[in-house]
Amino acid sequence: MTGNMHLGVEEPIRECQYNQICTHNSSTMDTPHTKKKKIKRKWQVFPGRNKFYCNGRIMMAKQTGVFYLTVVLILVTSGLFFAFDCPFLASNLTPAIPAIGGVLFIFVMGMLLRASFSDPGVLPRATPEEAADIERQIDTANGPSGPGYRPPPRTREVLINGQTVKLKYCFTCKIFRPPRASHCSLCDNCVERFDHHCPWVGNCVGRRNYRFFYLFILSLSLLTIFIFAFVITHVILRSNRTGFLSALKDSPASVLEVVVCFFSIWSIVGLSGFHTYLISSNQTTNEDIKGSWSSKRGKGNYNPYSYGNLITNCCAALCGPLPPSLIDRRGFVQPDTPQPVAQTNGTGACPSNQVQSHMTYIDDEDCVNPSALMSLDSVSSAKAKHISR
Amino acid sequence: MATEFHNLQELRHSASLATKVFIQRDYSDGTICKFQTKFPAELDSRIERSLFEETVKTLNCCYAEAEKIGGQSYLEGCLACATAYIVFLCMETRYEKILKKISMYIQEQNEKIYAPRGLLLTDPIERGMRVIEISIFEDSGSTSSSSTGSPSSGTAQ
Repeated sequence: MTGNMHLGVEEPIRECQYNQICTHNSSTMDTPHTKKKKIKRKWQVFPGRNKFYCNGRIMMAKQTGVFYLTVVLILVTSGLFFAFDCPFLASNLTPAIPAIGGVLFIFVMGMLLRASFSDPGVLPRATPEEAADIERQIDTANGPSGPGYRPPPRTREVLINGQTVKLKYCFTCKIFRPPRASHCSLCDNCVERFDHHCPWVGNCVGRRNYRFFYLFILSLSLLTIFIFAFVITHVILRSNRTGFLSALKDSPASVLEVVVCFFSIWSIVGLSGFHTYLISSNQTTNEDIKGSWSSKRGKGNYNPYSYGNLITNCCAALCGPLPPSLIDRRGFVQPDTPQPVAQTNGTGACPSNQVQSHMTYIDDEDCVNPSALMSLDSVSSAKAKHISR
Repeated sequence: MATEFHNLQELRHSASLATKVFIQRDYSDGTICKFQTKFPAELDSRIERSLFEETVKTLNCCYAEAEKIGGQSYLEGCLACATAYIVFLCMETRYEKILKKISMYIQEQNEKIYAPRGLLLTDPIERGMRVIEISIFEDSGSTSSSSTGSPSSGTAQ
């Protein structure tokens, strides 16, 4: 009965213990001074080499210098046009000119920001269990290998619309890439329907932002041609009144605008033409450059993703359903779920120099030379020039 | 006393995770979202083949519906383009609506069919639409967790 007495004294504590088991996790009872672990959002632990702003709402590539150049060029040229040329044109021709110019300008900036800030269609990396499952499947498929024997490259073949397509295994993301997906070495992510990495836009162009990119270059071509045409008109009208040289002296900004527009038109209109061709044949820049569906590869080689009809291909690319982002940037990291392992070759986390973002990323020392991929844009514009001829 | 504590705790978490099975994507129709209906061997003793196939086929239908290019998606796309995509700040896309439907369907399937058999489906959207993850639980305790309501019973020794 001393046991009972003992129990009587301890009973309240024991009841408390049982209540704790029923309603709370027992570990909170074990450590009364629980360390308040700051719950992170998923963008803060994102393994790719991206920059995030506005608490995960905005997502861009690591190098954004050229993007700022794009914005400055567009803003300055358009600003000069509205400030110096539009008053003359509005009073002498029609006020519709600055109105249309304004609408075009807003559309261009809207599409640029949308293309730059949205998730291009990044595929999240495999969880450790998935990766282990795939490794097991690959090992059983390849069979036993002796020491020093290099296993064959990991590929899977799948038949799509009568064409054999090879799915490659991504060693970084530890997944078999879906067809048309590719790994961007600048951003260190696998992107669905990867088109190219655009430094001008400061982001990859993929499934989710291709239509914004296309509308951006299309509307920018129109804006450039618009500004070029009306600045020339302005100078001509002025020259009729006061002579050519004094016309230039009266509006010096026009010279700068003409120069910028003249050089931009060739590349941007060419690029729009090239992407119009890609959309109508339902190909990506990546596939076109590699010649994946070119008839030169073989007699029976054709694009299995094309709908066969030019209109359907265009509509599918521009008006098709917009899938949501798969990476859930603003979600909270669950403390008990294992996070996919980020590949770290370098050490040390470089603190971001952006005021708003709190993300630290690990500097990868041996990343691929970015100029190799930047040349993609120049290749495509060269191709565009070839096509436009 | 300490042993009782541990037993109650174990009884509460009577099922422990044994293994996970992954249903991979089926790319034979292109890049649309579709999962393989092949019945995995690990589930052989746990669930009837027909129930599993029914679940996967319904999911495939829902995803096909979401990615369908037709009248409604064109309308949505054109409206969005005309408003410079600002309309998506106020309204959900059709795809998102269907994803919500799918997540409710998976929850319902889990409650009715999979949980009673010690299985748990994970919504593919949480795995980047790569796989359907099925967690297989094994019963480690003999009784189920009926201890949640019973505090200080059995104190007499």
